[in-house]
Amino acid sequence: MAFDLHRQFPSTASSREGLVKEAIEQGTKLVQAVADVLFNLPSTEDLDGPTVKLPAPTTKLPREKPLPKPSPPTKWELFAQKKGIEKRKKDQLAFDEQTSTWKRRHGYDHVNDDKDIPIIEAKMTDEPGMDPFAERLKEKKNRVEKQEKNRLLNLKQAAKVGALPSHVQLAATALPITGTQAMPRKVGKNELQNVAVMASVATASAGKFDKKLPGEKSPKHEKKYRKFLPAVEGSGMGALEKQQAEKVLNKLISKNSHDMLNVVKAVNVYNVKKEKKRRNNEGKPSTRSKLKPNKKSLKKTSKRVSSNKGK
Amino acid sequence: MMKIKTPKNGRIKREIEKRAPKLVETGKKTLILHGTKTSSVLNSALREIYHLKKENAVKYSRRNVDIRPFESGGETSLEFFSLKTDCSLFVFGSHSKKRPNNLVIGRAFDHHIYDLVEIGVENYKSMNSFSYDKKLAPQIGSKPFFAFVGEGFESVEELKHLKEILLDLFHGEVVTNLNLAGLDRVYVCTATSSKKVLFTHCALQLKKSGTIVPRMELVEVGPSMDMVVRRHRLPDDSLRKEAMKIAPESTKKKEKNVTKDAIQGKIGKIYIPDQKVGSVALPHRAKGVKRERREAKIKDEANGPREKKQKHPSE
Repeated sequence: MAFDLHRQFPSTASSREGLVKEAIEQGTKLVQAVADVLFNLPSTEDLDGPTVKLPAPTTKLPREKPLPKPSPPTKWELFAQKKGIEKRKKDQLAFDEQTSTWKRRHGYDHVNDDKDIPIIEAKMTDEPGMDPFAERLKEKKNRVEKQEKNRLLNLKQAAKVGALPSHVQLAATALPITGTQAMPRKVGKNELQNVAVMASVATASAGKFDKKLPGEKSPKHEKKYRKFLPAVEGSGMGALEKQQAEKVLNKLISKNSHDMLNVVKAVNVYNVKKEKKRRNNEGKPSTRSKLKPNKKSLKKTSKRVSSNKGK
Repeated sequence: MMKIKTPKNGRIKREIEKRAPKLVETGKKTLILHGTKTSSVLNSALREIYHLKKENAVKYSRRNVDIRPFESGGETSLEFFSLKTDCSLFVFGSHSKKRPNNLVIGRAFDHHIYDLVEIGVENYKSMNSFSYDKKLAPQIGSKPFFAFVGEGFESVEELKHLKEILLDLFHGEVVTNLNLAGLDRVYVCTATSSKKVLFTHCALQLKKSGTIVPRMELVEVGPSMDMVVRRHRLPDDSLRKEAMKIAPESTKKKEKNVTKDAIQGKIGKIYIPDQKVGSVALPHRAKGVKRERREAKIKDEANGPREKKQKHPSE
């Protein structure tokens, strides 16, 4: 921070009326003293006038930003240091073997381009039916990905020390996956609408008096919240009450089915089944007997919990 | 999962790099703003400070209600503005009954308040009230002289602090080479008492004198005011140490065209420009001279063998 010596130490001043004139006089003296030193410095002639190299500053002023930290050496730099590999300056042009011309090293129309290779000879290790050109592209893609990963690691190391380059920012794209391995799904249109409806209803008066935005749909809800069975059984549905009772009983039974095994009955059932099979093998079609209970799956289906965490 | 975000535009990348911390710092930018109420004196003062520092200053025209630099909560807005405009100096003006014509000059380190000084402006005279020859007017951005008159600037702590802040505010760009023809302004600060400083801005006239050093003449041009130091806040010791750190001078200049070898020692490369073999005039074999000589020889032979010059003993 080269600071110029353009300030001078004071001298005693006596205060009086016409203070300003006094001040300017004193100021002139000081400025003259500084100019004396300044103009006697070795100067070089420039277009506009004599240029002088200023001496080092004496007054230290505080910085405005903290000192930049030197970035830690990257993985390659450490390796190069250890091995003694030195950087060599490369030319912009390089000789391309495929086309026998001089091409640029990087960018448009560069050397060793994959699309310039007309023929790839098959090796003994090649399997039949695989495309060597596609293989080359894949390998390149892998190399590029590896390089990106390494670059990210290097930047993370620098960020740890606090020496991230000023134009680079590291941003987390997704929250770290902990617990279940489910990837955070993107929310679909219908889901969003449902959630929006829920949010709109979650006010003190259940969203009844809120102004609606243009294009917003009013929340759908059932008028009735409790279902009762009809008092008179119609001819259509039939045995609604029976179904209700069955549903409840099945749930109960399935919960405790491990306790309720009737061994005798089970053995009988098995025997009957065996006989039936024998009879079937003689040619008769098998009919379901009324003795057999309805083999419905009594296990509860596990609800898949959708994880809507993250983006 | 992390993503590397870099600016897609070269212009934006350059802007970001301009704002990044540097090893050696060039000038600081100033933010000029005012609070809830200002007086005409203050308005004029702020405007003229902005004109003095036109190139590296930002002036906000709206009033800011919640900025109170000396209170602990009232600095957040200032720090936010400092971050957004990349300014590390600020001049905040406000007017109230208790503190009339109040000017708070402060600095920021890493966009947090570093130190502050509060001064009251009295006997303010704006630039327009001074009449002078227009040719003398100092250019914008020229490096100023500073003259601090009075021993208060050495002994009184508040005045020492004010001196440092005024230097920081007005010294402009940090340079190593200076063009002597471009010196045309002086800031004269006189400590009239332990709390009052008379501040004026004068233009320089370099008059011919007998020696290389020209004679200085000062002509008052700029705003002049009496600064009354009211409050001030010095920086914390740890913060101060952090801010005063100097860059380590480890970057040596790379010697070009010199290689050091273990076997051969130090080897240097010298590049010689191409020899212009065809176009350089050769000194002795001008064709015309040869032909003349030949003709002269033929003439001589016609005349007879040339007499050898006899050495006559000199008398």
